[in-house]
Formats: sequence, C-alpha cells, structure tokens
Amino acid sequence: MTITQTKTKTAAADERVGKRSPFQKLLGRPEIGALVGAIVLFVFFALVSPTFTQPNAFATVLYGSSTIGIMAVGVSLLMIGGEFDLSAGVAVISSALTASLFSWYFTTNVWVGVGLALVVSLSIGFINGWILMKTKLPSFIVTLATFLMLTGLNLGLTRLIGGGVSSPSISTMDGFASARAVFASSVNIGGVEVKITVFIWFALVAVATWLLMRTRVGNWIFAVGGDANAARAVGVPVKATKIGLFMAVGFCAWILGMHNLFAFDAVQSGEGVGNEFLYIIAAVIGGCLLTGGYGSAIGGAIGAFIFGMANKGIVYAQWNPDWFKFFLGLMLLLATIVNLIVKRRAELK
Amino acid sequence: MNANEINQQTLLQNETDPLTHTAVHLLSMEGIGKHYGNIIALSDVTMAVDNGRVTCVLGDNGAGKSTLIKIIAGLHQHDAGVLKVMGEDRKFSSPRDALDVGIATVYQDLAVVPLMPIWRNFFLGSELTSGFGPFKSMDVEKMKDITLKELAAMGIDLRDVDQPIGQLSGGERQCVAIARAVYFGAKVLILDEPTAALGVKQSGVVLRYILQARDRGLGVVFITHNPHHAFPVGDRFLLLKRGKSIGYYDKKDITLDELTAQMAGGAELAELAHELEQLGGHSDVVKEVQGEVAGVTQTTGRTYE
Ligand SMILES: Nc1ncnc2c1ncn2[C@@H]1O[C@H](COP(=O)(O)OP(=O)(O)OP(=O)(O)O)[C@@H](O)[C@H]1O
Ligand SMILES: [Mg+2]
Repeated sequence: MTITQTKTKTAAADERVGKRSPFQKLLGRPEIGALVGAIVLFVFFALVSPTFTQPNAFATVLYGSSTIGIMAVGVSLLMIGGEFDLSAGVAVISSALTASLFSWYFTTNVWVGVGLALVVSLSIGFINGWILMKTKLPSFIVTLATFLMLTGLNLGLTRLIGGGVSSPSISTMDGFASARAVFASSVNIGGVEVKITVFIWFALVAVATWLLMRTRVGNWIFAVGGDANAARAVGVPVKATKIGLFMAVGFCAWILGMHNLFAFDAVQSGEGVGNEFLYIIAAVIGGCLLTGGYGSAIGGAIGAFIFGMANKGIVYAQWNPDWFKFFLGLMLLLATIVNLIVKRRAELK
Repeated sequence: MNANEINQQTLLQNETDPLTHTAVHLLSMEGIGKHYGNIIALSDVTMAVDNGRVTCVLGDNGAGKSTLIKIIAGLHQHDAGVLKVMGEDRKFSSPRDALDVGIATVYQDLAVVPLMPIWRNFFLGSELTSGFGPFKSMDVEKMKDITLKELAAMGIDLRDVDQPIGQLSGGERQCVAIARAVYFGAKVLILDEPTAALGVKQSGVVLRYILQARDRGLGVVFITHNPHHAFPVGDRFLLLKRGKSIGYYDKKDITLDELTAQMAGGAELAELAHELEQLGGHSDVVKEVQGEVAGVTQTTGRTYE
C-alpha cells in the first residue's frame, strides 16, 4: 500500500446546504414549541378576558411567573445537565426558615440570617450533588431522600425553635426593612407596580443564557447531560459540573426563599411540597429534555410564563380554578411530544 | 523484548531523563495488568512509545486493546505493572491528567455527545476562551472556523458546523473525533480502530495523518484489526491475544505476511476456508482465503522452524 501526499483541500461553499433563513433557524431552537404555546395562550386569554391585557393584570401574571421562573432557571440548567432535584420545592422553605429562625433565636440583624441561609442553600445543593456523584444512584432517588428529610427538618426544627408550625414574625428586627427592599419590593413603571422578583428573574435568565451559549461551563453542562462518559473521556470535569448545577438550584432556592420570607414576615414550615414539580414542568414545557443534554434557560422562562398565564388567566376569565391543573397537564403533554419529535430529528438522520 | 532496552535507532529526538541524562521512552508500559472485577482484561503487557514513532497494537475482538489504551488515556487505572511518561512513574486519575501531559485519544466509541453541535464537540473539554476572570467567554467564531478547516483538511466538507453531531454519518463522526485528537494531541496520539468505519479514501487520509503526526515528532499508538493498515505505517507491533502479549516486534524483524499469520493463526484460517466452501461460499472468495492459508502455512513454517 502506498500513501500519497495530496494537497489539502480548502472548504468551498456547499451546494448541499440550502440557505437557512432566520425563521428556519428559529424553528431549530429548543424553546420554539413553548413560544408558540405561550403566544396562543396569551391571545386566547386576551380574547376571553378583557382585563387580562390591562398593565396591572399583566404585572400580576409576570409576578406569578417569576416565583416559578426563578427556580425554573436553576432547574432547567440542572435538567440540561441530566439531573433532577425533587428537593427544590422544600429547599426554598428551608432557606427561608433558616434565615428567620436563626435571626429570631439569636436576635441578630436579619442579614446575618440571610447570609447563613445562602450558605445552607448552597450546602444542600452541594450535598445532593456530592451524594449523587459518590453513589452513582439516580438523582430521582437521592433528591427524593433529601426532599423527605428537608420536609421533616422544616417542620421539626420550626416547632422546636419557634414553638409552632409557622416561624415567628421577624418584622421588627434590625435589617428587616432593607432586606424587604432587596427581596420583596416593587418598582413603579409608568404607574404599574412591578414586583422586584420579575427583574431578578429576567437577570437570572440572562446570566444563565450567557452561561449556556457563550462559556465553557455551558459547553460542559450540555455535555454532562448529553453523554457523561464521553464528556469525562475528553477531559470535562463531570463531577464538579454536576455538583455546581445542584448548587445553582440552591442559589435560586435562596433567592425565592428570601422573597417568600420578606414579602411577609414569617414562613409556614409545611409549604413548598409539590412545587418541585412545577419547576420541572416549566423546564420541560420550555423544551428541556428530561433525559438531559438539550434545552435552554429562556425555554424554562417561557414555561414559567405559560404557568403564570394559565394560573392567573383562569381567574381573570372568571372560570373555576379547578380547570387550572387540566390546562397544565395538557400543556405538559403537548410540550413533551414536541420535544420528543425534536430529539428524534436530532438523533436520527 | 524488553521496553527498557532502548533501541537508539528508533528514537528520533533522543529523549533523555532530565535528571540522569539517560535515554528514556516518551511513554512506556512494563508488565501492565488490569482486571474488571474478576475478569482479567490484560496481564503482563509491555510496550513503548517514542517520539516520531508509530506503535501498532493488533489483536482480535476482546483481546484487550481498548483496555490498554484506556489506561494510557487515564480512563482506567492499571492494577499491576508500571506506566512511565518520560521516564516518570504515572497513574492517571482522569482523562484530564492525560490530556494535560499532551496525550490525546480517539476512542473506539468516539466519545462525542450526539445532541451537541459539531464545533462544540470538537472543542469539548478544551474550549478556546477570551476575556478575564468570571467574564471569560468562548471564542465561538474562531472555534467554528477551526472546526471547519480541520475537517476540510481531512476531506470532510461539512454542511454546517452547527449541526448536531448525531446527524453525521458514522464515518464523518469518526473523522471529527480524529481531527479533534490530531488538533489537540501535543505529544502522544492514540487512535483506537480509527479506520473501522471509514471508506477507502478516508482510511488513506487517516493513515496519512498518522504519518504526518509521526513526522511532527509525536508518538503514535495505532490500534487496528487490519495488518494491511498497520504494516505500512507502524514502527513497532504489539500483538495481543486474550489479554496477553503474544509478540512485540520491531518493523525490521517482521514481514506483513508474518504479521497476518501471527494475528489470524494458520489453523483458524484453514478452518474458515473449509467452512466457507461447505456453506457454498463464492468460489473466488474461497480461493482467496485458501491462498492466504497457503501463505500463512508457508510463513508460519518459516517462523517456527
Ligand atoms: N468496563 C468493563 N467491565 C468489564 N469487562 C470489560 C470492560 N471493558 C472491557 N471488558 C472486557 O475486557 C476484555 C477486553 O476488552 P477490550 O475492550 O479491551 O477489547 P478490544 O481488544 O478493544 O476488542 P475490540 O477489538 O472488539 O474493540 C473483553 O473481554 C471485555 O469483555
Ligand atoms: Mg476495542
């Protein structure tokens, strides 16, 4: 066999590629299904309920969306990274309880409690990720265990320290006013009060999108979710990436926990159960694949927005809220079917 | 043959130990063993890789070839013997460690993430970044350009580097994995059956790449089933069978026929010819196999005389 040296060819324009219009490019995005769904839903509610498109009502819809959306950012990233977090719902309450119970019991400035809550939230994420990486169990099992443990801890510790099912009021404590301004104030935009969580939500989505699309960490997140073994083989720090993702969920839980606390002055220790599914639903409706490796932060945000619209829209349309769950289920089913088709198209020729 | 006894003739740049100034191999394995639970995948394997030389590893399915290179690539750790890089004892705890010393690998299963775009796969784990501290971002345009250029150089003209790699054909995917390793391999390039899914033209390109890498002074480990691919490019040949080394030859000590014979075993080929005839195989093919058997018995006769 002889091996001849030939000149290397340079790439020429390829006749096999039709020019892709911006519209066709858009169709290839993971969140396209959700976007279409969101527009349909918006138009639908705008038609059946005249109040729905009023600025004040819309601000309320956005606020409702943001309380799901903030968590959906972390949960979407985690899902793209191939994992679930069933403890995300109660972890929000754990964070709020940590801040309130600690500052109440030791009568410190509430900001000390807020700082401690951040440490606790990140630690919960770290522990989830670390156990997962050590045991190689499915995240479903590991975070189900943390979910149960946190639920118990929330109830038990609140009764032990505060003596009730609700944490004691911290409204008169030092730093409460400034913490409320940061986590639970409103911004007046042209006469409409928009809750600060809406802006926090938008900021988080922007950061997460930049992270996914433009940084190497984003590349790693897609890779560990798409094929962890392949990622490891080419030198991606799989464990650190996954643990980091769980900690990102912890960070989001901290923000929402602080909002829940400072929007009032106390937290119910039994809350949060079941919310983890809302975050997962938002991520899935937004085009994140349950099996990992595909999705976007904007998709999760659109998912949360759909949730917020359906939730409040039903009220504005003066329907029985009983129908809400049906809507949500239908959206979820349609979204997963769209995702499935997308994945098949991507994997098969 | 002992890896310690260094044949100066095969060293291109006379690698030396920085402390003792004696000659060392770029990479060497002595008495390497590996078991998965109670399955012994590899035992007592010795080989060396030098700058500007191609070491070929040949063997049947399940012989332990992939296991061997996974130890060098840091994917698995050996449990017996020593692995030396530039004369220094090493045990890589992760592929990152191996990559950091300049060892790049084309895995048999390619190690690509199907849903990710081609350019993201190409640079996965070694992304180009610009900017500072927490604001470091990927240099996306440059990465896309390089991906397109490197693949064009392999004779693969891509439609679109933004396509998910899962949409490419098996051979195209293999070319991406090879181009990636060639691009990032600084000292050692390992290829696990790179020509398995390739057409004649692309196989030729890969073999040429191996020679180009060799001429650039890289140490190459080339794993294949095909002695016709191994012989023209190889400088050393390690033959594995059921996890054991059944021969380690310098090119000057072996011919292509002998290599083929060693790999297949004359008796097995004769049996195959017989079986094919019974099954009503195409007469040309049977004749060809019979011809090969004749060659094999001839050469084995010579070898074992
Ligand atoms: N992760 C693993 N766990 C258990 N056994 C394994 C594992 N990987 C490989 N083996 C076993 O080790 C032996 C050698 O496998 P290896 O993949 O190294 O063979 P190979 O020479 O590369 O074969 P092929 O030519 O088919 O690629 C096989 O018998 C295989 O079953
Ligand atoms: Mg193999």
